[in-house]
Amino acid sequence: MGGEPLARVGGEPLAPVGGEPLAPVGGEPLAPVGGEPLAGAAPGQAARELAERVLAGHAASAARLIRMVEDGRPEAREALRELYPKIGRAHVVGVTGPPGAGKSTLVSALIAELRRRGRRIGVLAVDPSSPFSGGAILGDRVRMQRHSTDPGVFIRSMATRGASGGLARASWEAELVLDAMGCDVVLVETVGVGQVEIDVVDLAHSTVVVCLPGAGDDVQAIKAGLLEAADLLVLNKADLPGADDAERWLHVLLHSAKAPAPDAWDLPLLRTVASREEGIPPLVDALERHRAYLERSGELARIEARRARRPFVERVRERLVARALEGLEGPEALRLLAEVERRSLDPYTAADRWVEARLAGGGGP
Amino acid sequence: MNAAAVSERPIRVLLAKLGLDAHTIGVTVIARALRDAGMEVIYSGLKQTPEMVAATAIQEDVDVVGLSSLSAAHMQHFPRVVELLREQGADDKLVIAGGVIPAEDAQRLRDAGVAAIFTMGTSTDEIVAFLRQWAASR
Repeated sequence: MGGEPLARVGGEPLAPVGGEPLAPVGGEPLAPVGGEPLAGAAPGQAARELAERVLAGHAASAARLIRMVEDGRPEAREALRELYPKIGRAHVVGVTGPPGAGKSTLVSALIAELRRRGRRIGVLAVDPSSPFSGGAILGDRVRMQRHSTDPGVFIRSMATRGASGGLARASWEAELVLDAMGCDVVLVETVGVGQVEIDVVDLAHSTVVVCLPGAGDDVQAIKAGLLEAADLLVLNKADLPGADDAERWLHVLLHSAKAPAPDAWDLPLLRTVASREEGIPPLVDALERHRAYLERSGELARIEARRARRPFVERVRERLVARALEGLEGPEALRLLAEVERRSLDPYTAADRWVEARLAGGGGP
Repeated sequence: MNAAAVSERPIRVLLAKLGLDAHTIGVTVIARALRDAGMEVIYSGLKQTPEMVAATAIQEDVDVVGLSSLSAAHMQHFPRVVELLREQGADDKLVIAGGVIPAEDAQRLRDAGVAAIFTMGTSTDEIVAFLRQWAASR
């Protein structure tokens, strides 16, 4: 089951895309650069023009580039190559937590407060793809729609498409695109997570873990692994019964977890009622303090090194896996497998032989 | 699960409800059917304005915009969505509509650029087949 592949961008000049540029607060909207690519332009030319429009803040071009990355269009790579040297400004904030903690509502409230402070905001809201159909229902936007026509806000829903760490497969590249289009802050909302789906800590500069009171015994929903991911801890729905107990319990948990060094970041615990926008300015203050701490402490450079490394390693992995799997249905592989079936060869040795033979053919980078 | 059958390039669909009605059953049924057919469905909620729908369609870079109204808001709102998408250079998106739409209105909506109209009682299979066929022909 699955939709037919869309025959669209490949080979042809990019479809003209429209939409308003992401306007700086209180300033003139940036004019889209370029426009339609020339008919018959080389594919590299179209990608460069698309990159220019993204850099000019053109929302539809950013949206199109994210789509091209998600769909694995090869031209997307050329556009990303153009953008990469020109980015690195945005403060990337991960928002994660168990299902029902109010992540989308909190993101919406954060958008409102950050807009009051004059920031341009990009949002990536991730929901799971069905492992059966590959389809998805992406509903995080419902809570954020009041910002949909604000030209200083760009919201993109993403389906995980097989990724298992709480992010979408293309979240890294999408963040890069939002940075390039001029977002000061990129909010990345993960799928509702348990303990292990915390890839967002690798992508984000600051990770907000959202929990809620009364989920089972005390704050049962917030597990140790998730707590360790937090730079800021938010107790949302703090108007519910049990909030005070939950806060006390979280304090105990926080202060038993580690004794921070005097100059280390002291993980704050903040109470919010996101649906009424209560407690949001202190949360944004804490985010700004965390960003300043990262710069002051040198931690930011370590995060940037990690952020550079991760997509590199991922890409190496992808390419090696693809090459190693090539021809796995061919006669050579079948001969090896037949030996394994007869038990004249064990599967581990067979796999080592196969991989070494497959990868031996390649030269350097 | 048959991973090989999952499309690498799913069709993306925005489902939006315009007007003041609060009936979500129909749109929920359609969202699930499209998901089960391997599509990515962005649901933007109730009481959307044409401006919100157009901005959302562009930010999400959907292929298809599905509009629903059960409160007779279709004649003013649906053509406006088509117009806004066109103004913003996003007229490569297919606009379809569903809900309670009298036959005499349907023709006027088609004339205004709504590509297909699925009235009450349309099977979800029919909608899935239509979208797949459209996507394959692009």
